[in-house]
Amino acid sequence: MSTRSIVPFGPQHPVLPEPIHLDLVLEDEKVVEAVPSIGFVHRGLEKLVEKKDFQEYVYVAERICGICSFMHGMGYCEAVEHIMGIEIPPRAKYLRTIWCEMSRIHSHMLWLGLLADAFGFESLFMQSWRIREKILDMFEYSTGGRVIFSVNKIGGQRKDMDGDMLKQFMEVLSGIEAETKVIAKTFLGDKAVNSRLRGVGFLTKQQAHDLGAVGPFMRASGIALDNRKLGYAAYPDIDFEPVTSEIGDCYARCDVRIREIFQSIDIIRQAAAKIPEGEVAVPVKGLPDGEYMMRVEQPRGEAIYYVKANGTKFLDRVRVRTPTFANLPGMLETLKGCDFADVPILILTIDPCISCTER
Amino acid sequence: MKVSNSPWLLHYDGSSCNGCDIEVLACLTPVYDVERFGVINTGNPKHADIFLITGGINTQNKAVVEQIYSQMPSPKVVVAVGICACNGGIFKECYNILGGVDTVIPVDIYVPGCAARPQAIIDGVVKAVALLDEKKKKRDQKKAQGGSGNA
Repeated sequence: MSTRSIVPFGPQHPVLPEPIHLDLVLEDEKVVEAVPSIGFVHRGLEKLVEKKDFQEYVYVAERICGICSFMHGMGYCEAVEHIMGIEIPPRAKYLRTIWCEMSRIHSHMLWLGLLADAFGFESLFMQSWRIREKILDMFEYSTGGRVIFSVNKIGGQRKDMDGDMLKQFMEVLSGIEAETKVIAKTFLGDKAVNSRLRGVGFLTKQQAHDLGAVGPFMRASGIALDNRKLGYAAYPDIDFEPVTSEIGDCYARCDVRIREIFQSIDIIRQAAAKIPEGEVAVPVKGLPDGEYMMRVEQPRGEAIYYVKANGTKFLDRVRVRTPTFANLPGMLETLKGCDFADVPILILTIDPCISCTER
Repeated sequence: MKVSNSPWLLHYDGSSCNGCDIEVLACLTPVYDVERFGVINTGNPKHADIFLITGGINTQNKAVVEQIYSQMPSPKVVVAVGICACNGGIFKECYNILGGVDTVIPVDIYVPGCAARPQAIIDGVVKAVALLDEKKKKRDQKKAQGGSGNA
């Protein structure tokens, strides 16, 4: 008869820079159940809306998570703009699209590196992060910040990109594309990497649907849903299709994210070719009154911003539903029955972002 | 700068927004590369000399931070990275934030910034390395004088 033992995982664990605690119930080498406990990063920043006015809160919204900081800021701004009936200039919409896709590339690169680190491929980790630094340089050049940008404001953008900058970015992107192709070959073709990823942590299409998975985690199980198709920012003018895979294991999730990097590069190229001239922001008059639910496709999946305003400069409520929270039930399902050694890889393949989950 | 040995570093994310975390990780990767100072990242508190914390302290992680600190062998240096770790930063007014890292453990070096830039983090780590050397020397002197040797 096999014996049951409980192994604690986290909150301080080498494989994840972020604190999450799991109690892994093992039967010999197999995981029978995983019990999560979260809350180590909870700050309570939704309640800060009562202390910061709705324009100041953009800075707080950006700091929900430092990885998708641009998209958090944008999601909040778009929600408030909908309430106030502000139509931002077309150029600002394109700028948002470009910065969004840059965020996606840098987030996926970061994830690829962490995944490589989780299965012990140190040099692949270093290579992914080396390529990622080029995106951060682009961010620094265009916004002034590497991870927190503060370029979003209600009514548009604070900064603009000129023609020279965009031209330079296109060259950098070509370089990134070529280098990503090289590491993609290792991620998807290398025998050792394949043996760690293939056939590990299956999530069927039905399970992904029932458990409410979002983002690449869901798309890797064959559901073609992408919030960018809802048409915020300049996405209605951009030609793209959600990246999916039918397999549903860790390999598929890696594959989907790598193809999304190429897709993002393509979207930036399209946006840079089509970007109209003009202003990047409109003046904001009056105070918001009403409520709105904004849905944004982040690198990790769907994020929902609910904003309720009461006609004063302080909002009543801001509520954020983040992709990692939606993916946790799916992750716990895939953990059941997996090998103990595969746990770090499985946790990583949902691309957990604890900071935005707990806020 | 001359250092007598290679200090190992332990990173814990208090309640940071990930901004400083990924910058700390960026320090370890090719462009910034703190390994050239002999610093490597370890996951084990018992192997660590430098404790690097990002983010403020909240009621949940207070015990975790105290525990990690107490598990590290002396002499040790604590580096608070980012303005949240220094004094709570933008989240200072949040109901669940007790304040900076110095509310629970003594902090030796403060690296401000939101997010702290890799250059600033490296500067902080290099200062921590020098401080560690100093603490070691003091401990050795004490030992020579017949003290307990705990710095």
